[in-house]
Amino acid sequence: QIGSLGGGCMSGGGNDIQWCFSQVKGAVDDDVAEADIISTVEFNHSGELLATGDKGGRVVIFQQEQENKIQSHSRGEYNVYSTFQSHEPEFDYLKSLEIEEKINKIRWLPQKNAAQFLLSTNDKTIKLWKISERDKRPEGYNLKEEDGRYRDPTTVTTLRVPVFRPMDLMVEASPRRIFANAHTYHINSISINSDYETYLSADDLRINLWHLEITDRSFNIVDIKPANMEELTEVITAAEFHPNSCNTFVYSSSKGTIRLCDMRASALCDRHSKLFEEPEDPSNRSFFSEIISSISDVKFSHSGRYMMTRDYLSVKIWDLNMENRPVETYQVHEYLRSKLCSLYENDCIFDKFECCWNGSDSVVMTGSYNNFFRMFDRNTKRDITLEASRENNKPRTVLKPRKVCASGKRKKDEISVDSLDFNKKILHTAWHPKENIIAVATTNNLYIFQDKVN
Amino acid sequence: MSAEVPEAASAEEQKSEHNLLFWFMQPLIVNSLEEMEDKVTSPEKAEEAKLKARYPHLGQKPGGSDFLRKRLQKGQKYFDSGDYNMAKAKMKNKQLPAAAPDKTEVTGDHIPTPQDLPQRKPSLVTSKLAG
Repeated sequence: QIGSLGGGCMSGGGNDIQWCFSQVKGAVDDDVAEADIISTVEFNHSGELLATGDKGGRVVIFQQEQENKIQSHSRGEYNVYSTFQSHEPEFDYLKSLEIEEKINKIRWLPQKNAAQFLLSTNDKTIKLWKISERDKRPEGYNLKEEDGRYRDPTTVTTLRVPVFRPMDLMVEASPRRIFANAHTYHINSISINSDYETYLSADDLRINLWHLEITDRSFNIVDIKPANMEELTEVITAAEFHPNSCNTFVYSSSKGTIRLCDMRASALCDRHSKLFEEPEDPSNRSFFSEIISSISDVKFSHSGRYMMTRDYLSVKIWDLNMENRPVETYQVHEYLRSKLCSLYENDCIFDKFECCWNGSDSVVMTGSYNNFFRMFDRNTKRDITLEASRENNKPRTVLKPRKVCASGKRKKDEISVDSLDFNKKILHTAWHPKENIIAVATTNNLYIFQDKVN
Repeated sequence: MSAEVPEAASAEEQKSEHNLLFWFMQPLIVNSLEEMEDKVTSPEKAEEAKLKARYPHLGQKPGGSDFLRKRLQKGQKYFDSGDYNMAKAKMKNKQLPAAAPDKTEVTGDHIPTPQDLPQRKPSLVTSKLAG
């Protein structure tokens, strides 16, 4: 196993990054309303915008402050840019089931003109939102007063040319496309193709291909539904398009496998081009093996050469050229292996953690419990555990690395496994595409950290 | 373990029987000790044993059909759309602060104009992240 936890610490010395608290968004109170639970976090392609989605179906977009961009200490300041209700709860009449308004994923389109576009999805419906700025308004109409009331034309004695005058910036979000009724099961992923014209949406059993302009048609490209549902053995857990090859996408399963498909091979990509699976030692197999091997997230590296998968206890890096095992494995919280029984009983074993790459693909990050999150440097093989907490509230203070004591004597400043708060989970994290700025979502708060520049 | 010949023709039959029993049990005891050691070295298997002790009827295949099918059917089931709408209405009444009836209600004297009516409360609650 390359890169497993060796106790090496990332902070301090040399070129290691030191992370500092920058901002925290959200309410302070402990009583968390369900609607405020953050369900997705995503930077746009330039990193200037940061979007969050929550269980209440709302999207909040933050914008990086431009004025102080040159001054390093203010680099990480994000302020509210726009907020809107993306999805509402619905009722599936056929199955008598509620369709949650929770935003499962947000994906930004690359910017083509002055406006910004993003796709947001709940369990059943994907929406394309246009976010545009308005900073001027027309004034000086001849037939209308300034408050909008119409003037009596007979009172008009002179004519004037209406002009545009500057106004306070208004950011408007409007739904441009609604992609509905294509998924019987629950959508877990959306991914925009590198052709910037199409995108895929994946649910538990099927993956569909859409054109961004066309809402009344969708092509099914993967279908793993068995003829007899009794024979169901695995479900699709995540899917993503390759960042450069518009014909390639991958999807992960609840059995810990990843399939790479080539859309040139056939219309229905039920037969994979590559199957990535790490062989399992049969003597190690237990009741929990399959559950903890279920992949909760898959992400291509920016280069497109590697992909990263997250299962319950580890993060694995795969070289697309090698199917039989990952090239790197990082243990996120191995100490939980001896707690699987209780984690199964309280359902934590089913928590879906996401993972992300930094802009240069040299560091990967993922969340854990107790509001801890972990980073693994692929080059130095060092890792670090940090905590998202309001106690480290002062901007520009370097975050102190955390350590969990698995067993035996607990050193000072270490926290024992039994003291971990399993209700404080960090499932969603995002890394700025170009800078060392990260967004970490706790249950209902969004933390922004940036590296310390000396 | 080397085979020890039990003392034959002992006066007490029981004792020799016990010796014999002890004898045959030895390899079995050794086997289960080894098994126990296996379980001890693999924390996952120890956890599995714990789970099986608590829930003896737990199915053999965890990733099997029942488990997956439960996952496919996530979401709260309601009897019908009426049931759903009633539940939603109850939740809305709880969440929004009780709209105190405006004491300046204009009724009875004259037909109210738009300016007289109280401001309509926005029905959506803004996210606290934007607060």
